[in-house]
Amino acid sequence: MPDQSRSIAPRAPRFRNPADEGLGAKLLLTFLALTFLLFFLLMPLVTVFVEAFRGGWDTYVEALVEPDAAAAIRLTLLVAVIAVPLNLAFGLAASWAIAKFDFRGKAFLITLIDLPFSISPVISGLVYVLLFGSGSLLGPWLKSFGIEVLFAVPGIVLATVFVTFPFVARELIPLMEDQGTGDEEAALSLGASGWQTFWYVTLPNIKWGLLYGVLLCNARAMGEFGAVSVVSGRIRGITTTMPLHVEILYNEYNMVAAFAVASLLAGLALVTLALKTILELRFGAGNSGGRH
Amino acid sequence: MAASSTRSTSQLESEPGLPMTNIATAPARWRLKQPSIIPGFGLTLGFSLAYLSLIILIPIAGLFWRSAALGWGGFLSILMDERTLRALYVSFGTAFVAAAVNVVFGVVVAWVLTRYNFPGRRLIDAMVDLPFALPTAVAGIALTAIYAPQGWVGSLFMPFRIAFTPLGIVIALIFIGLPFVVRTVQPVMEEIDHEVEEAAATLGANRFQTITQILLPALTPAILTGFALAFARGVGEYGSVIFIAGNIPYVSEIAPLLIVIKLEEFNYAGATAIATIMLLISFAMLFVINLIQAWSRRRYGNA
Repeated sequence: MPDQSRSIAPRAPRFRNPADEGLGAKLLLTFLALTFLLFFLLMPLVTVFVEAFRGGWDTYVEALVEPDAAAAIRLTLLVAVIAVPLNLAFGLAASWAIAKFDFRGKAFLITLIDLPFSISPVISGLVYVLLFGSGSLLGPWLKSFGIEVLFAVPGIVLATVFVTFPFVARELIPLMEDQGTGDEEAALSLGASGWQTFWYVTLPNIKWGLLYGVLLCNARAMGEFGAVSVVSGRIRGITTTMPLHVEILYNEYNMVAAFAVASLLAGLALVTLALKTILELRFGAGNSGGRH
Repeated sequence: MAASSTRSTSQLESEPGLPMTNIATAPARWRLKQPSIIPGFGLTLGFSLAYLSLIILIPIAGLFWRSAALGWGGFLSILMDERTLRALYVSFGTAFVAAAVNVVFGVVVAWVLTRYNFPGRRLIDAMVDLPFALPTAVAGIALTAIYAPQGWVGSLFMPFRIAFTPLGIVIALIFIGLPFVVRTVQPVMEEIDHEVEEAAATLGANRFQTITQILLPALTPAILTGFALAFARGVGEYGSVIFIAGNIPYVSEIAPLLIVIKLEEFNYAGATAIATIMLLISFAMLFVINLIQAWSRRRYGNA
């Protein structure tokens, strides 16, 4: 691949490879692609930080330590700490069952696991409103025990678990399918127990793919907006996660504070991208295609 | 499904210990899984199915059940409401336009990233995933700031408005959908053998003919899949759109927002009906995506 690129250098030879575009076409396509990315990717990212620091460093920090913002940060972390391990446990169990065994209905099960990706986040929240809302059977019954699901933390956690459901599983399934069952069979035949096989054979084989899935799952869990906004009820300082707090500040025309909180989320996205790229380049993780 | 599999798993859990002959004597019987010495099938599949049912399947079934309770008449009267129809039209129309724009620019971006080498290529390649990682609300307020009438780009186009019109929705959906096209097309592009292009050139094809008659047909399944994924994501997108859309009923109000509005009015029937129709359409699209990939595997041997 790199050999075509040489002709982009200023002293290109007269001979033009007929299986290659001319220099003009190359420059035009590169210009087109980069301009497009500038307007649609780079500018939004830069804008977040420019707007966040418009009022100076002190205003920026003030917007983050203010009680409601601090509560939103804490709630976001809490939700991620609950939702990510749940989906991690599911991802491990599902990929073990799917990749290590042959059974009927496997393809259908994989389709079901991918389902949350093709459902609008708003609908992901709505299904829980219908399940636990005032018109349902479950909601009033739980309420009689003093358990609030909707417009409270449990609902936010459930909605987050729903939208981040497939991330770990769909990273691990292709990886474990590629690795086959040979290593596990060898370990078992040498007398290892099932748990030993998992801890000492399977887990080391999948650790980078696992980390990759957890990373993407966490980014989505902390940044989810649509599903959470439907179930949260937006009680300021109590049921507002960081993305919801951004929305509230924005609708109050408090732009600097909105972008300050948003810059934390953008920072999280950048860290996620950096780690993701490192995992891809060094460990070949995440080669399952771009469907997340 | 859950009922039949729990019965079969409990019956098969002891299977690794059974002698081979026992399994071989029952080939005609319906069997859930192929025999294996690896343990934990019942536990992991059981846990997976229970968790899947609790988190995903039962809540979705609840939505359909509530929707069925509306009856055909009630369901249709909500759907045929002018405001609902306009919102669905806006959602599907803008998602279609955005996915089409993404196909054109996404293929160009994928081509430049796989074929050319320039400073910062790796960084730009990593940046393409930004819409996957950036929370949608953050993307929404940032795009609004740029494309609003007083924003960096928006001010250049005044008096023509971008934000707070359907065009603003298209902008947000282009942002959201871009990585879907690039990341489905890029791996297929990387696998194209350069010798095929050299063969075409040797046989007298000019570059344009090689691209349109050799390269693009090979990329078509990936392009279609990328289009469908970007379109499906765009139809349901909420967070990035509501800030830039202006949310004017009948003009720039998207279907997911209408669901939220109905919920806030405690009109659960209305929210349920709109959600059901959107869910059915996204299932249909999931089916189409799987058909494209099956067709691609048959025809080109890759997905």
